[in-house]
Order: sequence, then structure tokens, then C-alpha cells
Amino acid sequence: MHKTYLVKTLLAGFLLISGFLAAQEVEHHDEASHEGSEAALEEEIKEDIDHHIQDSHSFTFFSDTETGKHYGFPLPVILWDNGLQVFSSSKFHHGETVAEHNGNYYKLYHSKVYKTDAEGTINYDDDHHATNEKPLDFSITKNVLMMFVTGLLMFLLFAGLAKSFGKGPIAKGVGRFFEPIVLYIRDDIARPNIGPKYKRFMPYLLTVFFFIWFLNLFGLTPLGVNVTGNIAVTFALALITFVITQFSGNKNYWKHIFWMPGVPTPMKFVLAPIELLGVFIKPFALMIRLYANIMAGHVVLMSIIALVFTVQNWIGGGLSLVLAFFLSIIELLVAALQAYIFTLLSALYFGFAVEEHDEHH
Amino acid sequence: MEKLINDFSFGLFFWQILLFVLLLLLLRRFAWKPILNAVNEREDGIKNALAAAEEAKKEMQNVTADSEKLLKEARAERETLLKEAREIKEKMIADSKEQARLEGDKMLKQAQAAIESEKKAAVAEMKAQVATLSVDIAEKVIKEQLSDKDKQLKLVEDMLGDIKLS
Repeated sequence: MHKTYLVKTLLAGFLLISGFLAAQEVEHHDEASHEGSEAALEEEIKEDIDHHIQDSHSFTFFSDTETGKHYGFPLPVILWDNGLQVFSSSKFHHGETVAEHNGNYYKLYHSKVYKTDAEGTINYDDDHHATNEKPLDFSITKNVLMMFVTGLLMFLLFAGLAKSFGKGPIAKGVGRFFEPIVLYIRDDIARPNIGPKYKRFMPYLLTVFFFIWFLNLFGLTPLGVNVTGNIAVTFALALITFVITQFSGNKNYWKHIFWMPGVPTPMKFVLAPIELLGVFIKPFALMIRLYANIMAGHVVLMSIIALVFTVQNWIGGGLSLVLAFFLSIIELLVAALQAYIFTLLSALYFGFAVEEHDEHH
Repeated sequence: MEKLINDFSFGLFFWQILLFVLLLLLLRRFAWKPILNAVNEREDGIKNALAAAEEAKKEMQNVTADSEKLLKEARAERETLLKEAREIKEKMIADSKEQARLEGDKMLKQAQAAIESEKKAAVAEMKAQVATLSVDIAEKVIKEQLSDKDKQLKLVEDMLGDIKLS
């Protein structure tokens, strides 16, 4: 999280401000300005958390609010707007300016790209939603970049592990650490839940587990990424699980959905829509669970850290730092746990789809 | 919910699907299959090794049992051999004792027989000598006594008296 970097800049800023304010002669003037800065601070924290949770078109490590400088690097913006439009996100200047490309004007509003006129006017409807045209945005955003990085990391790690297995029965190198996890997924997630046909689901289960886990862990680093806490990402993952489940479904699986065996005929008519609904609810729950857990974790953790600045005393600040420390440890656990749950439930759904015998109702 | 839908970024979704499927295919080809195969092979190897070890253990047990059996047999043989030897010894001792006894008896008998015959011979000789002596004595006595007529008569008379006609 870039919050920790922000901590230093802000802390320095506060020391400066409070020292300056203490030197003021008029007391009530001091108070007023203090309160004003506090409200601004709260607004800033809220904005910062919102900003962190959302995807971004540039990779910002931390920002200096006083000078308005952002430390990071821009990422390519790829838009589909009457043809492919590719330009660097540095043109947006972190949403402060209108980007011009091929005669079109684009502006960032709440981290989304809107098409505007040359002045960057954003029109709002009654609910204060932007009504400007939104071009299809295929930009390599921060989250996409992190997915690339994670994919590359996973590929290097596990191809390395596979390579070291080619040399002998005992794995060597970094991949060795992940070998027990691979075995755990096979023996305690895939085998008991899917049954004898577990082998063809193993690549997906392993990939999804490590993908979610690594991205969850990246989310806990000060890089300030929140990939698995993004609804589009979890939707994509849940959709893949859903598609695999439906395409693996055998006769028995569809029969259990549309014509439940072992219940009276009228009940079959009642159960069919419920079961059919369940088919969609299961991956939907997968999507929401992962998204909500990671999102909530990030928001809570960042809010606790932000408490240091709002409380502004040594005891409260210290306490919230200790609390943030323990929360971080819990988040580490949650990172693995959510990856595990996603994998386990996916395996369970695959198990339903390929189940052969008829005892289960 | 509205915020969720509003937050939904189609681009991110597109990249996620593309990247994930690509990653899945790549990892399946270059990582998961070799890893899982290697692990399976290793597990089979371990299983085989364990089975072989079990087999070896059984064999070992068999060998031990065999050697124990052999040892037992050898012990039993020794025991019987010893017993036989003891029996032979005892028999030999008994036999020699018996033989000695018999020999002794025989010798004793022979000795007795010799003694008996010697005795008989001695007695016979003694008898002969006694007879000679008594005849001599009697001759002398008679010579003495027969020097006198009366005495001679008396003697005859006595002798006649002694003979009882029966």
C-alpha cells in the first residue's frame, strides 16, 4: 500500500504544520485553521482509500500532496473509439488535464476515461453521474500490469519447479517451497471433492489458487494494488469456473438440475427453477466472496492506518499502528484463505458436475 | 450494487480472461503436467520402494526363521547325539561291569573248584597218611600188646564184642 509511504510524507507535514501553528500568536486562529486542516485531512484520506481500491491508469507509488507531485510511472492507455487509440497515461496528468489524441479529447473522471470536448467538460445527470460517452477501455492499467507480473512470476516459478523435477525426483530451488502446496491442492482439494476424474481439473485449480493467492499477497505489499478486490477480476475468475462446470456437466448433473431424481413429480417442477438458479448463484457467490473479502480487508486496514493521522496523539496513533500490524497478519491469512476457498468451492462445483452415481440428492 | 456495476471495468475483465486463459494454457503445458507427472512418478517410486522394503523384510524374516529352525534342529541333533553317547557310555559301563562280574564269578568258581579239588586231594592225602599212621600206630600198639597172650585174647574178645551181628 502506498499508504505507508504517505505516512512518512504526511507525518513530516504534520510536524511542520503543528510547529508552525504553535508559533501562532492568536489562539482561536490556530484552532480554526487546525479544524480546517483536519476536515481536509479526512477528505484526503477518504479520497486516498477510494483511489487505492480502484484501478488506475498509472502506477503511482506515492504522491506528495503539498507539491502535487506523483511518484510512479505512466501506463499505456488503449481505447476503442472509432479504431484503436493508444497513448501514454502521462497525457492525463493524473486526471488533472484533458488528453488529446488523434483529434479526440479524453478526461479521467473517478479513474474512468470519458470522451470530452477540448475543455474537458463533464456533463452530469440528476444523480451526479457523468453522462459523457465512455470509450471501450482496454488500457494496461495498474491491475492489468500486476496480472502480467503475477502471471510471469507464476510461469517462472512453476516452469522452474517443473524443470527441476526433470532432473530428479526431488525438486530444488524456490519452486520447492510450493511443491507441498501443489500436493495439498491435489490431495485435499481436488481428490476428495472431484473424485477419480480430478486430473483434468488440476491445471485450473492450481492456476486459480496461485493466481489469487499471489495477487492477494501483492495487494498487501506497499505497491498499492488491489487486483483481487476488483469486481471485474473476480467476475472473470468466477465466469471461468462457471463455464468449466457447465461444460464438464454430465447427464447426471443436468438430470439433478432439471429433473431431480428421487422426489415426487410435482416437486420436480418446483425444484427445477431453484436448481437452475443455483447454477448461477454458486459462481456469483464466488465472485462476491473474493471481491468483498479483499476489498473490505484493504479498506479496514487503510482506515486503521489513517486513524494515526486523525487521532493525532502518541497513544491513539501507537494503538492504531499495533492494530494495523495485527490486521496485516490477519490479512495475510485471509489472502491464503480466500484463494483456498475459491479453489475448494470450484473443485466442489466440478465435483457436482462430474459425479456419476445416483446416491447424492 | 449500482456502484459495483459502475465500477465494473470491461477492459480489466477482458485482460483478466485473456491473461488467465493464456496463463492456464502455458502453465498446463510447461508446469502443471510435468510437475504432477513427476510427483506421481515419485510417489509410485516411493510406493514401490516401500513394497520392496516390505518384501525384503519378509524375506529377512523368512531367513531368520529358517536359520532359527536350523539352529533348533542342530541343537536337537546335538541333544540326541549327547543322549546317545551317554546311553552308549552307560551301556558300555554296564556291559563291562556285567562282564567283569561274570569274569569274576567265573574266576571265583574256578578258584573254588581248584580249592575244592585241592582240598579233596589234601583230605585224601591226609586220609591216606592218617590211615598209614594209624596202621603204623596200630601195628606198634598191636605189636606191643601182642607181646602178651592175655592181652591178645582180651583184644580179640573186645573186638568181637564190638561187632554187633545185625
